Amino acid sequence: MKYFLRRRLLQFIPIVLGICILNFALIQLAPGDLAEVVAGESGQVDSAGGSAEQMAQLRAAYGLDQPPHRQLLAYLGRLLSFDLGYSHRFGAPVAELIRDRIGATALLGVSSLLVAVACGVLLGVLSARFRDGWLDRAVSAAMALCYSVPVFWLALMLVVVFGVKLQWFPIGGMQEVGIEAAGHWARVRDVLWHMVLPVATLAVYATAVYARFTRASMVDALQEDYIRTARSKGLSEWLVYFRHALRNALLPVLTMVGGSFGELLAGSIVIETVFSWPGLGKLTYDAVVNRDTNLLLSILFLSSLMVMATNVLVDVMYARLDPRIELDGGRR
Amino acid sequence: MEMTPPPREAVPLLRVRQLNVRYPGCVAVQDLDLTVRRNEVVALVGESGSGKSTVAGAIAGLLPAAATVAGRVLFDGSDMLTLPPAALRDLRGSEIGMIFQEPMTSLNPVLTIGTQIAEVLRRHRKLGAAAARARAIELLDLVRLPDPHRRVDDYPHHLSGGQRQRVMIAIAVACEPRLLVADEPTTALDVTIQAQVLELLADLRRQMSMALLLITHDLAVVGQWADRVAVMQGGRKVEEGTRDELFFAPRHPYSQGLLAASLQVEPDSHHSRLRLAEVRHGTDAATGTASLAFSAPVRRVVPAPVRADDAAPVLAVRNLVAQYSSRYGTISAVKDASFHVGRGETLGLVGESGCGKSTLSKTIVGLIPAVQGQVILDGTDIAPLRGRALRVHRAGVQLVFQDPYASLNPRLRIGDALEEILVVHKAGDRGERQRRVRAMLDAVGLPAAAAGRYPHEFSGGQRQRIGIARALILRPKLLICDEPVSALDVSVRAQILNLFVDLKDEFGLSYLFISHDLSVINYIADRVMVMQKGEAVETLGRDELFTSATHPYTRSLIAATPGWPQPAAPAAARLARTA
Repeated sequence: MKYFLRRRLLQFIPIVLGICILNFALIQLAPGDLAEVVAGESGQVDSAGGSAEQMAQLRAAYGLDQPPHRQLLAYLGRLLSFDLGYSHRFGAPVAELIRDRIGATALLGVSSLLVAVACGVLLGVLSARFRDGWLDRAVSAAMALCYSVPVFWLALMLVVVFGVKLQWFPIGGMQEVGIEAAGHWARVRDVLWHMVLPVATLAVYATAVYARFTRASMVDALQEDYIRTARSKGLSEWLVYFRHALRNALLPVLTMVGGSFGELLAGSIVIETVFSWPGLGKLTYDAVVNRDTNLLLSILFLSSLMVMATNVLVDVMYARLDPRIELDGGRR
Repeated sequence: MEMTPPPREAVPLLRVRQLNVRYPGCVAVQDLDLTVRRNEVVALVGESGSGKSTVAGAIAGLLPAAATVAGRVLFDGSDMLTLPPAALRDLRGSEIGMIFQEPMTSLNPVLTIGTQIAEVLRRHRKLGAAAARARAIELLDLVRLPDPHRRVDDYPHHLSGGQRQRVMIAIAVACEPRLLVADEPTTALDVTIQAQVLELLADLRRQMSMALLLITHDLAVVGQWADRVAVMQGGRKVEEGTRDELFFAPRHPYSQGLLAASLQVEPDSHHSRLRLAEVRHGTDAATGTASLAFSAPVRRVVPAPVRADDAAPVLAVRNLVAQYSSRYGTISAVKDASFHVGRGETLGLVGESGCGKSTLSKTIVGLIPAVQGQVILDGTDIAPLRGRALRVHRAGVQLVFQDPYASLNPRLRIGDALEEILVVHKAGDRGERQRRVRAMLDAVGLPAAAAGRYPHEFSGGQRQRIGIARALILRPKLLICDEPVSALDVSVRAQILNLFVDLKDEFGLSYLFISHDLSVINYIADRVMVMQKGEAVETLGRDELFTSATHPYTRSLIAATPGWPQPAAPAAARLARTA
């Protein structure tokens, strides 16, 4: 295990380096001049009428007059000293901005992941149990719908129906203004209340994926010889399904979950924008729209770190669930 | 429901009456009657598709939902087919224990074996966790798994096939059932392990006074262990009787054909002296019912097997070392093997799974590079050759695999698959190639129309014929046959073995014939090489195998191979029947 973690962390180094270079190159290739943005945001120069001299000064100050490979080296050097730079759009250090928002996104992401896994696995097991019955067909149809509905449209519809018409849930934000004063539990309740719509939206697609995957995986597992053995022991169907089939069927689903974590981050951009959720997704959107290079680079960098970390976590969990996998690659 | 139930001991433990099982589109079992008395071993014998496993499923109420079942399965008076599911579950695992064919897949890979044994005890004996675990350890000891205290926490993948089957037996007998249903319990195991497992089953059966319903295709196993035998064919029971009645006075033509097609481990069962009987199934054109024909075994006097011409053998292997790497590191599968195959000779290579037989064959044809040593094919050392030079020489030695289906591309018509080989080796124009394909199909006994069909349209035996055609189409001098008949039914195996014998003469072939089954080697080989753990431990003439084998491993292989029942007792049985 220790050996496995060390090896995986060492593998991180070239991958992270590659990601940084790729991110940097993509932003360099995108049209637009950073200096003009900086100039516009900081109000030092009116971007339309700024003199060439002032612009040249700005470029020199931010190193933008250097050739791209020098700028890249400088960027990597700053990363190594944990300096994420300054956001001109928000007028604050990037690290601070991210620190303030990461909690909100993590809350949204982890909750919707848990909801999606729980619902998806349950629906998948039920579908496999009543395979080709009416329940299976109904779940299958519902999941096809969930799978294909565009996330932004669903978000807007939920807002219209549950937020505006029925007024069951708040339509945006993470908490009521001034709720802190009402005490700890009132605040927790309020945040949970605000979470319902965004979590539901974010979880719908993933639930459909997990449900279909679990069903297929369960159907496979139920054909296995050890299920016949379990039945020959006189075990109840409940035990056959949940102790014998599901534990085996979950393994491929777990791989799916690890892989879809990145999608969840991408999905949160749309969701957080629609629901004005004060998280990284909305921050990413703002960074892109405002061409806030330092902020965007840092968010991309952090997301890739998170995706990689999740994959290691999934590997470790996989080994926990499947005794045949030995992380250190040796015999017992 | 009788008014006055007879005394319990007089009622047979299991009575199957007029059992009919139908799957959508086919009838699996028809009008089957079967009786198993207390403490009795009854064997249910048949080839694949005969419906014998369906009978086992019906007895335990474990048939898939798609099956339609009619008739009665009376276990100790209660009808298994009408019992409510909960009552059925109370019997399963407690009164009826089951063992299945595939020990490698019959245990749940993510649960420890201790948990899997304890589970059945907790279910039926209502033991607590600690008591169930303690009993599981006792059971592991009972099925002679070494070091049970440590092994109880192992997962199935830590165990070998034989050990897993012992765990399966421990699960099946945990609650001391009155009936044990064993569906091909040793078919997937090596012959020495098979002997141990059957021995264990017999001991446990005596200790726990269980009745055993042994479902198998292997007549030799039946001959050693069964009291009574029922023979099934095409879903019907064609014959039932005591073991000796079946072996020495079979009545039904199918049983007679099956016995005649079987291989016996004795000196006269050799291709030079005996042509095996062939059972052929067909449909009677007039009545539409299944028909059956078998050719009687033909005794023949052929000149003594060709003595190997040691001066110019077709294949000489010298000091061959072959390895393959796995996640556990590099494994030396073949350590310093030296042997030769003479012209027109069949060298039988026998050994158990994992002994390096298959690695050896792949190394000889260059699929795995040799680490060291020479492979001299017809005078040329092909071990160091690569690329084009290897391809040219590779035509001279071809492989026939065990699983003909897995080794055929499902999306290629047979004719195209065969022609492709000729294209690769640049043999002739299109007309010439197709002529050779047709000739080859004819030589292996397939109709010319076979060329236009896909692999899934053929039966197992026909697929093996295709495999042989593919190997022969380049006119090799040497054929390496890697377990070519192990997956085949007894009657089909006889046909394929006869085909090998015929082709050898027709094409002037030499064979390196690999098998784990001594009875096959005994029939087909002129000389026998015994392999153990990557080393050739002994090589001797086929006739000397039973008289002068000296290596302890060879002897244990011979001892473990089940023999035919001796016709000492049957005289009485025959008299009794005619009386």
